Amino acid sequence: MTKQVLSKSERREERMGYLFILPWIIGFLAFAAFPIAASLLLSFTKWDIYKAPSWVGLSNFQRLFQDELFYKSMKVTLTYSAFSIPLSLVLGLGLSLLLNLKIKGIDFYRTLFYLPSVITGVAISMVWMWIFNDGYGLLNYLLSLIGIEGPHWFKDPNWVLPAYVIMSLWGVGGSAIMFLGGLQNIPGHLYEAAKIDGASVFQRFYKVTLPLLTPTLFFLLLMGIIGSFQVFTIAYIMNGRGAGGPDNAGLFYMLYLYQKAFKSFDMGYASAMAWVGGLISLVLALIVYRTQNKWVYYEAGDTGKGEKA
Amino acid sequence: MSIRTKRYIGAAGSHLGLSVLALICLIPFLWMLSTSLKTKQNMWLFPPQFWPVHPRWQNYIDAFSFAPFARYITNTLTLEFFIILGQVVSCTLIAYGFSRFKFRGREVLFFVMLATMLIPEQVTMIPLFLLFSKMNWVDTYLPLIVPAYFGNAFYVFLMRQYLMTIPKDLDEAAKIDGANELQILWRVLVPILRPSLTIIIVYTFTGVYNDFMGPLIYLNTPEKFTLAVGLANFVSSRGTEWNLLMSASTVVLVPLLLIYYVAQRNLIGGIASLGIKG
Repeated sequence: MTKQVLSKSERREERMGYLFILPWIIGFLAFAAFPIAASLLLSFTKWDIYKAPSWVGLSNFQRLFQDELFYKSMKVTLTYSAFSIPLSLVLGLGLSLLLNLKIKGIDFYRTLFYLPSVITGVAISMVWMWIFNDGYGLLNYLLSLIGIEGPHWFKDPNWVLPAYVIMSLWGVGGSAIMFLGGLQNIPGHLYEAAKIDGASVFQRFYKVTLPLLTPTLFFLLLMGIIGSFQVFTIAYIMNGRGAGGPDNAGLFYMLYLYQKAFKSFDMGYASAMAWVGGLISLVLALIVYRTQNKWVYYEAGDTGKGEKA
Repeated sequence: MSIRTKRYIGAAGSHLGLSVLALICLIPFLWMLSTSLKTKQNMWLFPPQFWPVHPRWQNYIDAFSFAPFARYITNTLTLEFFIILGQVVSCTLIAYGFSRFKFRGREVLFFVMLATMLIPEQVTMIPLFLLFSKMNWVDTYLPLIVPAYFGNAFYVFLMRQYLMTIPKDLDEAAKIDGANELQILWRVLVPILRPSLTIIIVYTFTGVYNDFMGPLIYLNTPEKFTLAVGLANFVSSRGTEWNLLMSASTVVLVPLLLIYYVAQRNLIGGIASLGIKG
């Protein structure tokens, strides 16, 4: 192949292109490439930021795999995802079917149910803290109306995670809106055809709707796995100033990492934690990704790249 | 039963179901509002009062006098301004570069940019903290603001997709009229790009407003706190005064609710249009 010769105007175009994306290139080097390399190096050092870092080889990782709290935080995070992700997928799907109805005022409901996914952060966490108050909270009062004596929620290690799962379900409208987008892309003629073939409402759901929503399901599943390793603000507030809760029952992975990095300034150890946590969520995501041929349905012509990068 | 009656019953049933769910969705807000207007004694009643008979608006004044919320608001809005400005300018320029110019390695670089969205934040967090503390940027807003001026992969992607749908004829016409690249971007494309710019502004606003970890890690002086960190700090100083905590939470949430109300179409449309294609 002969070497490509660029004309003067093509060379100018190329220069302009590089110039416009230059901010991203600098940002990529400074805020992505450098920190990734540095984080990997740091995970092999001991560093409390006051003294110079010293190389300790694999000892951070050895410590990590003997650290009970590491296992605890992993267990908390994975248990939380095992309940909150499937529940929010099922409820989100159900809600999206309701939101897809053609009735008056449906836009109002859509707006309302999406609201909780915009309202995250400290303020709403405090509201939840008050609702879950074991003595005077609204939730236990409502439970008492139906004859149930409410648990001590954030004071009882057995009830901390259920409380977090309940709170996560309040944001189910977010996934419902995603499902709704998928529902609205399903061509009506498919339903017509199924109807003519005599399919019942349930058959139409299982044979038409559900398969065509699997790409959305797949995407939300991946996001859910990655997201549970990022749970931080709400846990920081609910457990009280970044603590782990009773018997560390609310010690989410990110929270433990924060404690190590910014409370005990054990930067090397925390970097090792970041890598191990990152790799575990990556492996989980890859497992889900690898199974997609078995259950994710992509329309013909769509080359299996339906998921967003 | 006629089809018509059946349909009416169906609609009524759906409305009933949706209203119950809507109530569940709203309860935390209503409970927050109601508590924020209660006196100390009323707050500790069991069974609780759903709505205080004599709303105590004084709680709001008290909350503001116990913690410098006005200061936190100013700080948050200052951060918002500089971060939104950075995101809008940098993402527009970068998306323009990726969509309108041919250069070697463009596809590879674009792919690398998309891949950066998968980097877990916890990996980059610690080295960046160390970097910024070496630069003596800790306890300033710089670590929170400066990265916004170097683009955001997701927003660039969003905007580039939008730019690809705008025909190049418009650029060509402006070029013939003697406009240079920046003039084309500013005069021709930016006006058309308004919808995606709005999405970026709204997303960035809510993102910065809700961000807790960033300000928590980088800001030490209470005078510099944002609303999120200030509110968290207020909890520890006013532990069990839930009425005051709820008035403070209400004050913090109202701007977010307003922005949501104004921008709802963009937000919901934006999410839905991310188009996970079926």
